[in-house]
Amino acid sequence: MSLSVALSHRFDGLDLDVAFEAGPGVTALFGRSGAGKTTIVNAVAGLLRPDKAQISLDGRVFNDASTCLPPHKRRVGYVFQDARLFPHLSVAQNLDYARRFGAQPKTRSHIIDLLGLGELLERRPATLSGGEKQRVALGRALLADPQLLLMDEPLAALDGPRKSDILPYLDRLKSETGVPILYVSHAVDEVARLADQMVLLSGGRVARSGPLFEVMADPAAIPLLGVREAGAVLQAKVVAHGADGLSTLQVAAGTLNLLGVQAPVGAQVRLRVLAQDVLLSLEMPQGLSAQNILPVTVTAMRTGDGPGAAIALDAAGDALLARVTARAVSAMGLTQGQALFAILKATSVAQNAISGEVTSAP
Amino acid sequence: MSLDPSGWDALRLSLLVGVVATLLALPLATWIAWLLARREFWGKSLLNAAVHLPLVLPPVVTGYLLLIAFGRTGPAGRFLEQTLGLVLAFRWTGAVLAAIVMGFPLMVRAIRLAIEAVDPKIEDAARTLGAPGYAVFATITLPLILPGILAGAVMGFAKAIGEFGATITFVANIPGETQTLPSAIYALLQVPGGEATAISLVLWACVLALGAVVLSEWLARRVAARIAGA
Repeated sequence: MSLSVALSHRFDGLDLDVAFEAGPGVTALFGRSGAGKTTIVNAVAGLLRPDKAQISLDGRVFNDASTCLPPHKRRVGYVFQDARLFPHLSVAQNLDYARRFGAQPKTRSHIIDLLGLGELLERRPATLSGGEKQRVALGRALLADPQLLLMDEPLAALDGPRKSDILPYLDRLKSETGVPILYVSHAVDEVARLADQMVLLSGGRVARSGPLFEVMADPAAIPLLGVREAGAVLQAKVVAHGADGLSTLQVAAGTLNLLGVQAPVGAQVRLRVLAQDVLLSLEMPQGLSAQNILPVTVTAMRTGDGPGAAIALDAAGDALLARVTARAVSAMGLTQGQALFAILKATSVAQNAISGEVTSAP
Repeated sequence: MSLDPSGWDALRLSLLVGVVATLLALPLATWIAWLLARREFWGKSLLNAAVHLPLVLPPVVTGYLLLIAFGRTGPAGRFLEQTLGLVLAFRWTGAVLAAIVMGFPLMVRAIRLAIEAVDPKIEDAARTLGAPGYAVFATITLPLILPGILAGAVMGFAKAIGEFGATITFVANIPGETQTLPSAIYALLQVPGGEATAISLVLWACVLALGAVVLSEWLARRVAARIAGA
């Protein structure tokens, strides 16, 4: 399952010119507002005809020099930022709308269970909360039996608690339906939690694209993600929950002790290690309050215009990213290939359960 | 409110003209309103101006222009008579045409406002779910603009039963053939002693107009409630 996009479009002062491939799983399209994210998904959906485009899904041509397949023939599901439910139809009628046009979803009841929609079927969109609307919109798009699912900041219109309501559903969706997803977002935490691949947009161009773990750990991505948000994502396995509230997690280079891990023992989780929360030490530190120390080697260094420097690290195969001052780089005499110790401030390690919540889901 | 036979004739004719004109005009008005609200094309402002012309022209002028075009010697009138055998001038069918033309801008305005109130993003959502253009209109746009269409229909109907200037100019005031409610009232007021009958017709006109408004309000409320899901 592969989506191939190459398009250029000039509008509202933005000169968009991008090309990328999106494989199976979730591909995050990340960029600041105005980076052209929505324009790209609208072009993939067929709602917008770009000046120039080559778009195909598994060899099915959506756009080329002569054709622009209309949206209703693309079989691309679209979940909008605003749910866009049909106000005159009940939830059930909204969900079954695509069936009028030949969609034959094999798993209607499964999707309704998956998204917890059973209780809502008779209701009207006007009576639903924001989170419920977005779940219905998600179900409606899935029940069109799409070959690709587009999601344009589906959580952006929701407040914090509502977001946390939906995220587990997205986790499940990702692992259970197998529909490839193009997920637009400008929230790093969502992307870190959900995405398998990442396309970083900046000023109408693809600045960086590739597997999530690689892109998030790329020193060049720091200015695009924002200094405070940048940081590697690690895959970890929950080993044990201690009586003191600390859980032990296994990563390639060793074990980490973290607070507040919800996932059950044995579950795979993703850890977000913010670059600004990684300290570097030339020797194995002694007498520190920080508990999480991993042996690492320097794989790349990047000094920017400011006082900061980004250090890419390898931790037994896992990529880590640290942000230190340029002065520290020269004082420590950091060089590529050097062996160091990375100290992760335990409280700052954010974990997002992925498969853990799936396996424990009812 | 008792009426003599010619009064009943006028009342019946007005209702007939109103119903036929409304039913004939609605689909076209809906289509034109949709074009004006949703499409960009060359000559759009010209079309808009043409639709609104009867609203701003003196009705007598509109009636006279209809007579020139649709009279038995007019180009359109001759064409209709030769191809369909349809004669409009000085017939009740001509009164229907005058009512359509005069009521059209009111219908288009009401329906266009309703269409513009429908978020095109919702229509886009329907397209991504597999609905081709006509189906988007039939299943999404049309149900959502139903209150607007009802409002337009009532405006058109009220205009049709009340139309006077264009009608009397185009089809004259022939009792039993083209004498509608307003023409009958006008004729009665021209003769001594006609006022009593005229009053009855005036009352009937009020009843019809009020009834139409009440009916449409009730229908529009029901439709709106269904849409909002109350």
